[in-house]
Amino acid sequence: MIKKFVYSQKVAPYIFVLPFVIIFLIFWLFPLANSFVMSFQERMLGQDPKWIGTANYTKLLTDKVFLKSITNSVVYMVGTLILLIPFPMLFACLINSKLMWGREFFKSSFFLPALTSVAVAGTIFRLIFGEMESSLMNSILSLFGIGPFKYLKDQNLSMAALLTLACWRWTGVNMLYYLSGLKSIDSEYYEAASIDGASAWQKFRAITMPLLKPTTIYVLTISIYAGLAMFTESLMMFNGNNSPKNIGLTIVGYLYRQGIEKNKLGYAATVGIVLLVVAMTINLTQLKLSGTFKKEED
Amino acid sequence: MNNLHNTGGTRQNIIAKVLLLLFFSVLFIVIMLPFYAVALSSFKPGADLIRYGLNLRLDLDVMSFKNFEFLFTGKHDYFMWFKNSMFLTIGQVTLTLFISAFVAYGFAAYDFKGRNLLFVCVLLIMMVPFEILLLPLYSLINDLHMMNSYSAIIVPGIANAGTIFFFRQYLRSIPKELIQSGRVDGANEYLIFFRLILPVLKPSFAAMAILNGMNSWNNLLWPFMVLGDQNKFTLPIGLKTLLTPYGNNYDLLIVGSFFSIIPIFILFVAFQKYFIDGMTAGAVKG
Repeated sequence: MIKKFVYSQKVAPYIFVLPFVIIFLIFWLFPLANSFVMSFQERMLGQDPKWIGTANYTKLLTDKVFLKSITNSVVYMVGTLILLIPFPMLFACLINSKLMWGREFFKSSFFLPALTSVAVAGTIFRLIFGEMESSLMNSILSLFGIGPFKYLKDQNLSMAALLTLACWRWTGVNMLYYLSGLKSIDSEYYEAASIDGASAWQKFRAITMPLLKPTTIYVLTISIYAGLAMFTESLMMFNGNNSPKNIGLTIVGYLYRQGIEKNKLGYAATVGIVLLVVAMTINLTQLKLSGTFKKEED
Repeated sequence: MNNLHNTGGTRQNIIAKVLLLLFFSVLFIVIMLPFYAVALSSFKPGADLIRYGLNLRLDLDVMSFKNFEFLFTGKHDYFMWFKNSMFLTIGQVTLTLFISAFVAYGFAAYDFKGRNLLFVCVLLIMMVPFEILLLPLYSLINDLHMMNSYSAIIVPGIANAGTIFFFRQYLRSIPKELIQSGRVDGANEYLIFFRLILPVLKPSFAAMAILNGMNSWNNLLWPFMVLGDQNKFTLPIGLKTLLTPYGNNYDLLIVGSFFSIIPIFILFVAFQKYFIDGMTAGAVKG
């Protein structure tokens, strides 16, 4: 009887998606809902929660350290958008040229940094941006008569170090995204433009850029999330969650500090909710402005 | 006339070719510098690293194989971390791929009530950064007494949204006749999945195995939070513990970092296509 029920074509689809439903409810929807609940509570691990209304939210608004962490995360995110979208797009167009020698070799080697873990890459870059005169970055800059600097003790320089790490790891991957976008552009467009006497730059502006828009929107969306949620890079770069004057503190870093290090789960959950709202707002605005929703309605 | 024009074009082409090659070669050197610096430093004593930082100085007087000797024969936990990471990665990838393919088949092959709503849930998971769940998930894992176990790492992500999405896209292109022929032969719905669908999915398994495997092998934050027992540390956690302000573990840190990259590089050279397919899987849907 049970066997017949489970084997029937009406029931089978539900059995197939059951693992997802269980995991979704227990390990996603429940924690997310719990996060909302916790944000209105004063709560410690293993203790009874206390309801405090919106106190966490009002406290957060005037929390200077939190505002600092938001600024850091937003600056980092904007930095990755500026560096990790136009340049990989340009590199992809160049490397895709018929005149390029050794295309496959360069494509593969630019991908290599993405294979390293944050733990390893962060360690390497922490040491590259070491404050000794002979550390890699200082010795390169000294060739131009600049420096030496104490990168990880300065607001702007440490941000530059974090962005360098991000560029090193992700330029090759974003370039590959754009290369697969370029593949889907019909070469007839370029041929027609050539007959009309368009220059390379005109072709890039009129054909390549608009037709790469779906790729750009995708890279933009994931970069906004990844940028705002960045934490482990900073954790490795500063060898811990504490940086001088919090120059390396990110939103998730603050969430971690409050929740795990100080065991203030309620307050930390509030930080998480704010992150969710900020990330969703930016991305939905971005998707709306770029007309992605409209296209799906058609 | 025509001929002249062509020669001019060719000369321009050659200049463009050289400029392109030059440009990408410079970029190549910049990108390879950190790898070269680590490789070089893995032959230098840790004390040298603390005094001079990570740099490109080729100082043959201080360079030796001592760090490698220490890595392979010294008394430390490196290979325990390595083994743990290997075990966790293989377990996590196998289970995640299997479960995700199972679920994806349900979404792709059937028309059932609630399918669209459930699929919106899959997309929702992909849209919300995991970091937001760090704390509630941490306290849930604590309440479920799953702390300090690999299940705390494997189970929450076992029906992986991105992987389900990818498999579903792939399965939608499979002809319905294949499923029908299985039914005609008298196979039940699950046998059809195991006997007919899994083999067809094989090519897409490779890309997803690489993607999930890389994420698992490199994962730091969540395992770091839930694994307190030193005997269960994975490679990224272990390497992180070596990074102390006193620098007393730098001998192992650099050579260990260097050595941890090598297996992935070898896999990459062997299965390059799948790496690139897996890493760029997300963009295909656009």
